[in-house]
Amino acid sequence: MKAMIRGNESIAYAFKLARVQVVPAYPITPSTLVPEKISEFIANGEMKAEFVPVESEHSAISAAIGASARGVRVGTATASQGLALMHEVLFIASGMRLPIVMGIGNRALSAPINIWCDHQDSMAERDSGWMQFYSENNQEGLDLGIMAFKIAEDKRVLLPAMVGLDAFVLTHTVEPVDMPEQSEVDDFLGEFKPNYVTLDPNKPATLGSFGFPEHYTEFRFAQWVAMEQAKKVIDEVFEEFEKKFGRKYRKVMPEYTEDADIIFVTMGSMSGTMREYIKKLRAQGKKVGMVKITVFRPFPKEELIEALQNAKVVAVVERNISMGFAGAVYGELAATFANKSKKPKFVDFIVGLGGRDITFNTLESVYKVAEKALTQDVDDVNWIDVNKEAVYKSEGLQ
Amino acid sequence: MNYENEEFFAPGHGMCAGCAAPIIVKWILKWAGPNTIVANATGCLEVATTAYPRTSWRVPWIHVAFENAAAAASGVEAATRAKGEKLNIIAFGGDGGTVDIGFQALSGMVERGHDVLYVLYDNEAYMNTGIQRSGSTPWGAWTTTSKVGSANPIGKLRPKKPISMIIAAHNAPYVATANPAMFQDFKKKVQKALNTPGAKFLHVISSCTTGWRHDPSKTVEIMRLATDTGIFPLYEIENGDIENMRITYKPKKFKPVEEYLKPQGRFRHLLKNPEYVKKLQEDVDAWWAKYGHHYHP
Repeated sequence: MKAMIRGNESIAYAFKLARVQVVPAYPITPSTLVPEKISEFIANGEMKAEFVPVESEHSAISAAIGASARGVRVGTATASQGLALMHEVLFIASGMRLPIVMGIGNRALSAPINIWCDHQDSMAERDSGWMQFYSENNQEGLDLGIMAFKIAEDKRVLLPAMVGLDAFVLTHTVEPVDMPEQSEVDDFLGEFKPNYVTLDPNKPATLGSFGFPEHYTEFRFAQWVAMEQAKKVIDEVFEEFEKKFGRKYRKVMPEYTEDADIIFVTMGSMSGTMREYIKKLRAQGKKVGMVKITVFRPFPKEELIEALQNAKVVAVVERNISMGFAGAVYGELAATFANKSKKPKFVDFIVGLGGRDITFNTLESVYKVAEKALTQDVDDVNWIDVNKEAVYKSEGLQ
Repeated sequence: MNYENEEFFAPGHGMCAGCAAPIIVKWILKWAGPNTIVANATGCLEVATTAYPRTSWRVPWIHVAFENAAAAASGVEAATRAKGEKLNIIAFGGDGGTVDIGFQALSGMVERGHDVLYVLYDNEAYMNTGIQRSGSTPWGAWTTTSKVGSANPIGKLRPKKPISMIIAAHNAPYVATANPAMFQDFKKKVQKALNTPGAKFLHVISSCTTGWRHDPSKTVEIMRLATDTGIFPLYEIENGDIENMRITYKPKKFKPVEEYLKPQGRFRHLLKNPEYVKKLQEDVDAWWAKYGHHYHP
């Protein structure tokens, strides 16, 4: 069935179709519509769940942990400052191995306060032990939202998952999607039976205990192993989903890469713009391709090596910056290839921060530097579409 | 069912000798019984009872972090409702985790009306990190962050946050102060709280032998003095009706506050200046002048 929905609704519908039982959530632009929609589903009797209208994102994720520990399916959503406020608790959710799924309306972090899209919020949580999925469009948000439960709840994984949707570009944009039938999703996910230790008076257990140095590292290593296992489980779930629903997902999606000298690496909604731009360059006879990263945690090293190893230049186009170093994706990709004898040249491009549009002109600027990099050295980190002169002047550098 | 002869809080934990918190927890769990889930804020109680792979908890227990026991308990309760089950859900937090860093989560939990009993064991400072002042530390107490010296002979310069009144003002169905040294009163209040639907709050005084600097054998005695001097009054407030609060215990003859101060090292400096003792006595007298008529045994 076709439906016209906004990106936030793709998360809300994923929760409804997954028969999520508890949704603790706090409003924040741009993900507010998720709890609103859940409230509406419950009010209309379309969804049987407990909505907990908490007083902060910190309490949202804390309540999510309490509920998930009782062995029910839990979903929530947030963005930006809300995700940052959750920071310490994110590590606890993953450390306690609770398969919570959270929609993220990927938004810039303050200051200055800004409500528009970039990936800084979830990139800043890449060490939190959560799996991270990034959507190109609302269909992906819906599909990844559903699949995230199956992956997170797999006994080999038991890790929480974030599903990112770009602020406004997706969260508030209406797109047609294929809405799966409830029976199909029931069949795909199966009945939720927690396969982990829960808070059950018939079988008392202590959750969240105090770990001394003699045990702590093993708990952390177990999370590492679970993340490694998740790579395989994600592939299995993507394949099962494809068989059932006909839509193909891969951790990384290479396009036009076979003969490409320059490969652009993208995440999220910019991938659509990039695809169109590549078609334009291809029409001019340029050997360019792209690789879209859908799964950022676990980081799909093997697939990225496979997809990028034959390129001459890899242009990482990303909406985040680790101040004093580079973009997060660039750093991780470069490290992934560190011990490979055959490796492309990596060039980082910082684009689209705080909702600045990523247009063909933006990509043209990226391409020019990438093309130059085929034959000569260029800067590692390139800020695109930025008024550098104004900044240098205000910082007293002119 | 009466579970007073059963132990749901096992011995062998690492709480200090003379600490009142295990007494409080042990008895509350006996009155709650096995059909109970506990959410615990970070603090002495959590650290000293759950050193992996051991635990003192014979009921399901969860610890998430310092400031969010009330939020975690909210989630446990929401899930319990989603499952169509009925359980006692009890949150335990110290004063730091309750009146300061956990205040927002507690306020939210009470406002939303989760069916949770929140128990504050109030030892009047951040004891787990080594006796730092909290919003619940009383005026004149020495702590490691309200030190006493030539420029500050008093210690903490601000009064204790009136947390029970604040929570009652949320229209909580049941709020009470309690003292494990006044055992029958304590028991009645726990049972009443457990039998009241909605968000209940119990403010229980909990002496800390290391932070209050008293002889570990004097725990019960000192806590009893807190009430017999009128410093820690015992009352209950239903449905936010502070005007009709009910004081449940009134000493026949109040003991002077000095008797409560004397055995505690944290107040020793106050005894050097009669003005300080007088101020504390006047504070207590003022409280009883204002609220004493609410005594209805």
